[in-house]
This record gives sequence, C-alpha cells and structure tokens, in this order.
Amino acid sequence: MKLLVAVKRVIDANVKVRVKADGSGVETANVKMAMNPFCEIAVEEAIRLKEAGKATEIVAVSAGPAACQETIRTALAMGADRGIHIATDVELQPLAVAKLLKAVVDKEQPGLVILGKQAIDDDCNQTGQMLAALLGWPQGTFASKLAPADGRVTVTREVDGGLETVELKMPAVITADLRLNEPRYASLPNIMKAKKKPIESLTPAQLGVDPAPRLKTLRVVEPPKRKSGVKVKSAAELVDKLRNEAKVI
Amino acid sequence: MAVLVLAEHDNKEIKPATLNTVTAAARIGGDVAVLVAGAGCRPAAEAAARIAGVARVLLADDPAYGHGLAENLAPLVAKLAAGFGHVLAPATSAGKNVMPRAAALLDVAQISDISGIESPDTFVRSIYAGNALATVQSSDAIKILTVRATAFDPAPAEGGSAPIEAVTGPGDGGLSRFVGQELSRSERPELTSARIVISGGRGMQSGENFKLLETVADKLGAAIGASRAAVDAGFVPNDYQVGQTGKIVAPELYVAVGISGAIQHLAGMKDSKVIVAINKDEEAPIFQVADYGLVADLFQAIPELAAALDK
Repeated sequence: MKLLVAVKRVIDANVKVRVKADGSGVETANVKMAMNPFCEIAVEEAIRLKEAGKATEIVAVSAGPAACQETIRTALAMGADRGIHIATDVELQPLAVAKLLKAVVDKEQPGLVILGKQAIDDDCNQTGQMLAALLGWPQGTFASKLAPADGRVTVTREVDGGLETVELKMPAVITADLRLNEPRYASLPNIMKAKKKPIESLTPAQLGVDPAPRLKTLRVVEPPKRKSGVKVKSAAELVDKLRNEAKVI
Repeated sequence: MAVLVLAEHDNKEIKPATLNTVTAAARIGGDVAVLVAGAGCRPAAEAAARIAGVARVLLADDPAYGHGLAENLAPLVAKLAAGFGHVLAPATSAGKNVMPRAAALLDVAQISDISGIESPDTFVRSIYAGNALATVQSSDAIKILTVRATAFDPAPAEGGSAPIEAVTGPGDGGLSRFVGQELSRSERPELTSARIVISGGRGMQSGENFKLLETVADKLGAAIGASRAAVDAGFVPNDYQVGQTGKIVAPELYVAVGISGAIQHLAGMKDSKVIVAINKDEEAPIFQVADYGLVADLFQAIPELAAALDK
C-alpha cells in the first residue's frame, strides 16, 4: 500500500509571531520556518506503518512557493521515500489545497492519505475533511490511534467528550491529532540520504486546479492585551480578592 | 436569506454550544432554522424548537445520523444548505469534523471558529493560536461557518415555539461505521460552559494529585481542565485539555495551577473574565495574563485555598 502525506511549511512553533504594522498579515520575512507540528505527526505515522510492514511507499506532498521543498526534504529525512512539490505563489486556502491534493491522489492512488489535523498558522482544521469530501472517501479526523487491516482502517478519534472509535472503508483520509505518536528527529545520515531522494515538481495548471482564494483577508490585528494583574501573598488574600474585588465567587 | 444552525445534541438534549451558535446566527440576520439530525432525536428537536429566536426546526431522524458520522451528515447539510445563505455549527469536535466536508461538497470555503460578525459576509477569527485576529470576507454564495461558542452569549433555551418539519437526506453512504466510544463521566459542569474552571499543569506531577484540585472544584462548583503537558504526561484524559487544539474556554473565573502558560494553553483560556495563576516559578508566562498571581508551591497553596474557601 502506498501512503500519501501532506506537509505544510509554517512559521516555526517556537517563534513569537508579530503582526505587521500595516495590518496586512503577520511578519514572515527573516522568520524561522518549519514543518507544521501536526504534519510531523502525520509523517511519523506513515513511517511507522511502513516499518510495521503495512505500507510500501510514502509520498510527501507540499504546495506553495519554492521554499516548501525544504519541508518536503524534512519529510524525506524522517523517512518518506519521495516528494511532490506543487509550485505556486498564490495564497493557498484549504479548499484549494484539498483540490490540489485530490489531483495528486488521483494520479498516485494511495491507500491512505494522512494529514495533520490543523496548521498552526491559520488554525483552520479543514483540509483533510475537504479532501475526503472531494474524493468521496471516509475521514478519520483527530486520530490518536490507527489500525489498518483487510481493506478497512480502525481509527480512535479525540472528541470533546473523550475518545470515539470508527471503522472506515479504505482508501481513506486520516488527520493526525497530538497523541497519535511522537515524531522522530531526522538523523544526520538520513538528512544526507534525503538530498538524493526525488522531488517531482508540478503546477496547479498541470493538475487542472484553479487555486484562487475564496476568502479575502481585510486586516490582521493584534488581539486586545490583558491589563497586568497583581500578585497576592497568600491563599487567604486570593480568596478575599476574588470575593470582594473581582466578585466572581 | 435565512440562516441554518446545525445543532449539537445527544438525541435527547441540545448541547449548550448550540445556544451560542443560535445567537451568532441571529446576529447575521434573517430567520434562524435549526437542523437536528440524529437517530430517535425528536426530543432534541423539541428542545431546539423551544430556543428563543428559532423560527423553525428541521428534523432528520435516521439511524445513519445517529453517531454524527461526517460521511453521512455532510451530504445532508450540503443538500439543505441550498435554501440558506449561511450554515453555522459550533466549533466543537463534531462541528469541525462535518462542516469542512459539507463546504467542499458545495465547492465553497469554510470559515473556522469565528469570534465576531462584522457583516453577513465578513467575520473575525483568531489565527496563530490567538496571537492575531484576522477579519475575512467571503465571496461564496453560501457561507459555511463554525462558531467559537465562548465569543457569543447563549440564546435563552426556553421561550420559542418553532414548528418542526421532517427532512430527509441521502442516508447511509456505507463508507464508515461507528464502533464505540469512551466518554469521560463527570458530575462536574461541562468544561466549555462552566462558570468557573480550575486547571492543572505539569506542576501537578501526577494524576493522583489532581484530587487536590477536585476538593477546590467541589467548593466552587468548577469544571476541571488541564494543560497539554498534563494530558501528554497521562495525568488526565484528552478531553480535559484546554488550549489551541483542545477546548477553548472563557469562564468568569479561570484558575491555572502549576501551568507555566505556553502560548498554546493561553490560546484556550485568555478570554476568561478573571484569571488566577498559582505557580512556584514567578517567571512563568502565565503570570503575564493573570489578574491575580500567587507565587507558591501548589501542594501547600491548594489545601490553603480549600481552607480559605470554607471560611
């Protein structure tokens, strides 16, 4: 079985993002970029399925500007076999990414597509569900456990009330939640090896997809700041403040 | 143009986040219809009909919709959406699962987790874990939205008397099957709608130590939450997690105990009205958002807090 993993290049999770003064977005110039953490979990899960003998090949796909190839290289260094870069400088929104991925899935015919459940830049949490809809495949979102067997995949999902288990017909789309696994670091030899792994480059036009955005961002601002509070000396003083000053208990 | 709200329910009762979503729908303008899709869910539809401000209830009662499987529910939502300008659902795990799928079936964008409505086509939502607020405008004919419940007041659960109409959808597509669930049982208020939340972090050191928080929670009638670190360490189940990828809460009072205040956690609670932080590290970032900070060893401070509440 072939696995397709989608990976997104985002501002590194450890960077404090700054809103641009002109309200057009957040500062990305000279900011450290990295693979979206949920995508790392998706890549790791694919590698574990391959190591367990349940998959034969892992294809890592990313869409966006040329620098996305670095993110694909990271996936290859972790253990993916080859990459596909969909090159575009257009601002990509989830529906467009889902359409691009669908076109790649139609070509590659994987048994599972694994994505992160959301990207930590736009916090949308949509692409996997949209891809599943376009393909007419079932979806195992927010997965914390995955067990493919006999043409079906059993998925444990993290839901608001606890955990839910569903069984999906394969092929299927999976989106990874935090506790699916702990992604590995790429070793130096594997980083070197990854440089020789192939990355195919495609364009939205070659895939027959119009990636134009449907939503226009009018402005981006900083959220209102909380005013600084006070330190109390004891639990008794805290209770007094909550009762008599804040009046919340 | 009318607005459709996808209700969250357990076939018997309407979940609280639905009420906040009805408020958001009313703010967009036009008649508000509520879709109750489930199995044996007429009691929930009757509860939806009593929500103040609801003009009609659509009842899709079919075993295919019993467990909220997105593969079955999204085509129903997409079919019904044709008669509406907007379709809204709470931004819960259920809403996040089904709404993007419905949007893609309609070839429209979905706008996630909106916290503000500027006009019928322009919405405010947080990005980068709440470090920025984006105002976005949609050019699609049908707007599919998920709603951050804490950003809108709940509509009154009583006061309406909307008619209930039966509707049908494509039913079971045969792609997926519900196998089972392990839901946390608790006598305490539900985390996302509780008036007071007390959360523990890595500083709690063990799941056993969360009992300390329970004594305080019992005295305050509070829900118990946790940071991602505490969930990852296995102290408490996943559904306790407050944060960017867990639950978003905005109670009257949020008490953070042994939580350093990672940005992902702050994203889930910084809209709380009053924030209290108890942490032995006075440099912990949580103190930057706290209205009241107590620098203390929690194992000493929490029993003292419990005692002080009794006075």
